[in-house]
Amino acid sequence: MPPSTRVAPVHRRAPGFVGSTLAIARKDTLIELRSRSVILSALAFAVLAITIFFFAWDPTAVASIDLAPGVLWVIFTFSGLLGLHRSFGVEQPTRAMDALLAAPVDREAIYLGKLIANLAFVIVVQAISLPAVALLYNVPIGGYMWPLIGVVLLASVGLVAVGTLFSSMAVSTRLAELLLPLLALPFFVPVILPAAQATARLMNGRAVSEVSGYLSILAAFDVVFLVVCTLLYPYTLEQ
Amino acid sequence: MKFSKLGVVAVIAVIGVYIRAIYFTPFDALQGPAQKILYVHAPSAWVGLYLAFGLVFITSVLYLWLKDPKLDRVASSSAEVGFVFTSVVLITGPLWAKPIWGAYWTWDARLTLTLFLWFIYAGYIILRGAIDDFEMRARFSAVLGILGALLVPFIHLSVYFFRTMHPMPVLLKPSAPSMPSDMVITLVSAFCALTLLYAWLLHERYLLATERDAALEGRS
Repeated sequence: MPPSTRVAPVHRRAPGFVGSTLAIARKDTLIELRSRSVILSALAFAVLAITIFFFAWDPTAVASIDLAPGVLWVIFTFSGLLGLHRSFGVEQPTRAMDALLAAPVDREAIYLGKLIANLAFVIVVQAISLPAVALLYNVPIGGYMWPLIGVVLLASVGLVAVGTLFSSMAVSTRLAELLLPLLALPFFVPVILPAAQATARLMNGRAVSEVSGYLSILAAFDVVFLVVCTLLYPYTLEQ
Repeated sequence: MKFSKLGVVAVIAVIGVYIRAIYFTPFDALQGPAQKILYVHAPSAWVGLYLAFGLVFITSVLYLWLKDPKLDRVASSSAEVGFVFTSVVLITGPLWAKPIWGAYWTWDARLTLTLFLWFIYAGYIILRGAIDDFEMRARFSAVLGILGALLVPFIHLSVYFFRTMHPMPVLLKPSAPSMPSDMVITLVSAFCALTLLYAWLLHERYLLATERDAALEGRS
């Protein structure tokens, strides 16, 4: 038997709101990085979707530049749903959520931590599928890359804010993963519509000022739903 | 089926209004008989999109605050009845649009908004069906009821960028109604009759919810 080593107990202060938010974001991201199960299926889905969409249209009738914005946003939406379901699904098998709730952590911090982890997930998928679409559909995006990234990020915050809340609700119901798209997709429409329109304009070489209206809708959606979903999240937990 | 007093009044009012609409209201000069669908379409939209959805929103907010199961029953009853009225709007609209616009459906702001409210109602009803626990079901559906109402201005704003084909309201607007008085009287009575019908159905559905909850409570 090895000699027992006595370690002095470590007294650490409980992290504050920001600290616990980041800790939860880090925990979720680490779980995903170590298992890599969902991110790989999301990426495989993205590449398959790019291929299938190309052959779903007659390439001699529809120019690929007209196809690209739609394909991008369909991929972002559905691969995002894959990640969102994982967000709370990962807590289910061992009921790890109960431990999180018992910990001295604000419930709002759990929501925001999950939201940041989901945002990171969605951004990784986008960072790979956006150049892939540009490459395979022969759409040069160099000239308007920063405005396009702005559109994508603004839209992603809105999608993830609503999606994280519905994911929390869906895992507790009998339908589980079937319910998430049913609840979330009607809420995604007012995000995807302006985002896809703005993407199409940028890809067609229009000025950035022409898409500012769409950008302000996206920003307004982000602010309203981030605040309201953070406030409503505690009601989706066991009380 | 036993009719309450409210039920008798509502059914008589609906029958009376539609007899007046069909036989005693003049045809539209341009659209002919097709325009008469207005007397079903517009009042159903008022009930389904504004009245019922508004009540779901208010009772959902109040439920999260007061946690009174009665509020949840009102919200769920209003959502179900509102779903039926919104379905009526979505059925009568295309029937009217085909002869007048030449197409059953266009992705116009108002049409899209109505369709998405219908999806949210459907999601609300499916969500309720997927949860057994009373308290959790009430909480979750209240969250969805609030978010759904907040979504409405955004759907409206984002589809506003498309051109709109749907006529503006003829009745609920600041200026005088743009219709002959015979038609206005019929339309106003139809609004009142369908509001009564909604109130009656809401009340019946509420009583059913109370009985069902009591029965389930007794069993468990």
